Amino acid sequence: MKNSLPIAFIVAVLIALWYVAAVFMNLSLQRDLFANGGRADVSFGETAIAALNMDRPKLPAPHQIVGELYRTVLDTPVTSKRSLVHHALVTLQETLLGFAIGAALGIGLAVLIVHVGLLEKSMMPWVVASQTIPIIALAPMIVVILNQFDITGILPKAVIAAYLSFFPVTVGIVKGLRSPDPLQMDLMRTYSASRAQTFFKLRAPASAPFFFASMKVAVAAALVGAVVAEVTKSEDGGLGARLLAGSYYGQTVQIWAALFAAAALSATLVSLIGLADQLVARRMGAAR
Amino acid sequence: MSPRALGNLAPPALFGAMVLVAWEAIVRFFHVPVVILPAPTAIFVRFTHSIPTLAADFMQTIQGALAGYIIGSAAGLLVAIAIDRSGFLQRGLLPLGNLVSALPIVGVAPIMVMWFGFDWQSKAAVVVVMTFFPMLVNAVAGLSSAGAMECDLMKTYGASYSQTLMKLRLPAALPFIFNALKLNTTLAMIGAIVAEFFGTPTVGMGFRISTEVGHMSIDMVWATIVVAALAGSAFFAAVALAERRATFWHASYRQRAG
Repeated sequence: MKNSLPIAFIVAVLIALWYVAAVFMNLSLQRDLFANGGRADVSFGETAIAALNMDRPKLPAPHQIVGELYRTVLDTPVTSKRSLVHHALVTLQETLLGFAIGAALGIGLAVLIVHVGLLEKSMMPWVVASQTIPIIALAPMIVVILNQFDITGILPKAVIAAYLSFFPVTVGIVKGLRSPDPLQMDLMRTYSASRAQTFFKLRAPASAPFFFASMKVAVAAALVGAVVAEVTKSEDGGLGARLLAGSYYGQTVQIWAALFAAAALSATLVSLIGLADQLVARRMGAAR
Repeated sequence: MSPRALGNLAPPALFGAMVLVAWEAIVRFFHVPVVILPAPTAIFVRFTHSIPTLAADFMQTIQGALAGYIIGSAAGLLVAIAIDRSGFLQRGLLPLGNLVSALPIVGVAPIMVMWFGFDWQSKAAVVVVMTFFPMLVNAVAGLSSAGAMECDLMKTYGASYSQTLMKLRLPAALPFIFNALKLNTTLAMIGAIVAEFFGTPTVGMGFRISTEVGHMSIDMVWATIVVAALAGSAFFAAVALAERRATFWHASYRQRAG
């Protein structure tokens, strides 16, 4: 990896900056704490070290977040409500279910749009326009509406996740199915290939790179949808519920830990799809 | 408007109208309760009756979204130019920027609300974080998009670094920069609205949605969503229009003009 050295360097710089920022943001808070405890003349060094180890800092230091992650991931049994793994699994379930629904619907609509001219003319502008709309605003309402139908648990959140991942998939797959150039399409016609044959032998394979690119966007969007949905309906837990609980009680370390867990989850899912992309590309003989 | 543009516009307009009519018919025919799905006409009535509230919400949210959008995009562009001369920093920052783009950054909302208070400043801060990385990644890609031939030409003119940057590489990067600007319009709206779920003064589109959902007045929620959709599309359209003006020379527009 020729990039690993620069990346390591940047990460080291960021962590160092983080520590500096943490000291300065927490310093006055810690001074007040010392002053309230009747200790006015504390040296800067001692205050700074205390500022990096506060209970409720403005900005927790990286080692505090790592410590919190360690405590809630490894030291707590998975079945406990305090375990971050438990909440991450809730979010993961919603994300995967939503992603599966959204991707299936998106692919289905894309296939229809490519084959039915009228559908494309009438629906595609709406699909594209819908990408400029902050659809996440619908999240709280979807939860309530589904509640009316006695649909509770992970499904309402999965529906929101599906809704968010649906549009990028449709747009990406339509682009991909359109990507074979006219020469190749003409060749299929000279072979007198049927529509199905053209689809499976030319359009579908040609759309592979677009497919994986939009799957990556979609899974990331599904996770955002799941987390936001958990914020609006936080009884069943999940990383979003941890964020909300943390912000209610001022538990900044807990917020940051939940954030890092969500980030790790998202990065893992995206890189898994990247891996599948590489495997498929190799099987298809792409020179990468 | 040319007849051809009208021809392109008619099918989606018809489709949209059909959906609205079907929606209205289903709600009326099956007597769907308002708490599940209000009819389009009911939403429209609600919309016209609560314009002052909706306008106040809009102003509150757009303030945070716009401020964050401008600061975040400008910062992303400036950092991209700053690390432009260092291949080392670019190779370090780009993979990280790509990674961060896939992360659920909206999650920083509760932290920003703690740091910057309930008012629009905290929403702007969320938007800054959300819009920074897409701009950084796109601008770095754009700055390296000028062709080798053009760069060589600038060298033979004896152009300085800043001259090459201003006259060749920044203009060449414009399509990429506008791509990020368009992407960021949606992110800005999302960031501003979601951040309001975590705490706000009693005004704002995100606040309105979450409280009216609590009161079960779903028609008001829909009215707010209409405003959000209109605002999001208008924001996007404004940037797209600016792009057309600024990059009229680009192949994707030249072809369409012919």
